[in-house]
Amino acid sequence: MFNITTVLTPEIALAVLSLSLLAIGLLIPAGARKGMMPLTVFSLMGVLGYTLYDFFYGPEAAFLGGLYMHDQFAVYFKILFLAAALLVVLSSGGYVQKLPKHRGEFYSLLLMATLGMMLMAGAGELITMYVGLELMTISFYILVAYLAEDARSSEAGVKYLILGATSSAILLYGISLIYGLTGSTELLEIASKLSGNLTPASLLATVFILAGLGFKISLVPFHLWSPDIYEGAPTPVTAFLAIASKAAAFAVLIRVYLLTMNSQTFSATGQTLLFVLAAITMIVGNLIAIPQTNIKRLLAFSSIAQAGYLMVGIIAGGISGIKGVIFYAMIYVFANMGAFAVATLVAEKQGSSEIKDLAGFWHRSPLATVVMTASLLSLAGIPPLAGFVGKFYLFSAAMDQGNVAIAYIGFVMSMISVYYYLSVVKVMFLAEGDGLPEVPVHGAMKFTMVFTMLITIAIGLYPTPLAKMAIAAAQSLF
Amino acid sequence: MIGNFSVGLSTYLLVGAMLFCIGLYGVFAKRNIIAVLMSIELMLNAVNINFIAFNRFIWNEKIGVNYLLTGHVAALFVIVVAAAEVAVGLALIITIYRNRQSTDVDDLNWLKW
Repeated sequence: MFNITTVLTPEIALAVLSLSLLAIGLLIPAGARKGMMPLTVFSLMGVLGYTLYDFFYGPEAAFLGGLYMHDQFAVYFKILFLAAALLVVLSSGGYVQKLPKHRGEFYSLLLMATLGMMLMAGAGELITMYVGLELMTISFYILVAYLAEDARSSEAGVKYLILGATSSAILLYGISLIYGLTGSTELLEIASKLSGNLTPASLLATVFILAGLGFKISLVPFHLWSPDIYEGAPTPVTAFLAIASKAAAFAVLIRVYLLTMNSQTFSATGQTLLFVLAAITMIVGNLIAIPQTNIKRLLAFSSIAQAGYLMVGIIAGGISGIKGVIFYAMIYVFANMGAFAVATLVAEKQGSSEIKDLAGFWHRSPLATVVMTASLLSLAGIPPLAGFVGKFYLFSAAMDQGNVAIAYIGFVMSMISVYYYLSVVKVMFLAEGDGLPEVPVHGAMKFTMVFTMLITIAIGLYPTPLAKMAIAAAQSLF
Repeated sequence: MIGNFSVGLSTYLLVGAMLFCIGLYGVFAKRNIIAVLMSIELMLNAVNINFIAFNRFIWNEKIGVNYLLTGHVAALFVIVVAAAEVAVGLALIITIYRNRQSTDVDDLNWLKW
């Protein structure tokens, strides 16, 4: 037996930390508090260290009567969220310092969102999942609209709120239908009861749930929100939104899909539906990214395309497919974080996120240029960087299952994506940046950049340890 | 005919579905952000009706006493989360109003594709 508090330690620690940061922000006058970012960073490092230990040596159990899962799959995603939160906090120090007010609440909300994601990854029941999802999304509504004086930021916040609330209402309607069909909201219970014939109600429920989660991972018919919100939000928030909230929705999707959808006769129809969604997501995401002139919008469309690649792994299914998805989700954190760290730096120093303002970046900030190049090439899937290995796992899993067509679409679209990634690199190296300021990189930002780049290269050269972790996590689901 | 009419599960589900559709229509058709928020509330309340109706009509001894209150609990959670969502939503609408003296959805066009 195990003690429930030891299993829940990371969640409890994050909740306590977030609330105490909120209290510190309220109690200590703005001039006197210096240590909020270091406090957040070191606490997150502690929790991350514990979670890593938990992954290898922790107990594996479903508890609270199956409401909450503590398996390696959930813990793997917790590592991912904590790493993403840590990198975002590290790279946002300078940016947050420039905020006119409410600096303290920024970290508190960021940690609340992380806590919501961790609950989503662990949820073994749909209502728990929903509450985690809303904890994450409501924190994000506030974070997206954080620059209250900036009309674009609050516009992005309201747009995200309206669309996000609508999508969660649709998701909930699906959950209520599932509840009506099975009399339970627990995934295992649902799986055992839904195994009968495909009825209109079960089809409607699965489509609604897929639509609700598809909104969060910005699959193509539900993607229209993401470019606007990514552009309007403060850049560190955009980074966190693009990386971690998407991974959290994927964690839920994998669990729900494997446990419920696969078990009923839905699989044949559902497979076709997912196939079409993944294909148009890859195609539309990559093609619309080409004419973008704003780096945040470009990364938004690139992240839509990346969601399509991840869907390929879910379609392939099985241990190898799921392993591909969660491996790719992890390296996607580091590759995207490198790119967003550079975007944050530019937003902080030049007050702009247009691609043309990156002109001559190679002369103004060599380190940031190298990091940006490595990140973009990894996203494009160029060997020897990590993105290549990730795409290799995803597409080879799909090929093994006989889904050659979807893997082929993925290959072609990756080739196309190289064009727009490299056009950013071209502006940085070749365009003349006369009159634009020098952009030095210091402190925590420098650490974030170098660290993400080193991880991207290291995993590309030697993927075995991470692949082993991903396999262990995928196996814990079956 | 009217004498035979009884209120069963399908009646509640029909009301729920109608509320949901009205809400969804309102989200797309209403021009004022506050009205859009109200439409979202309608959708969430449709879900609540569904949960409560299913709980009332579907639960029996076979399903097990563990699941006696699942639907009610779900509805309570939805109410709480919806309240939090609306609190944030109204705060955001006030910020929007301060920035541009309007709460019209059509004016939210600064970020464009």
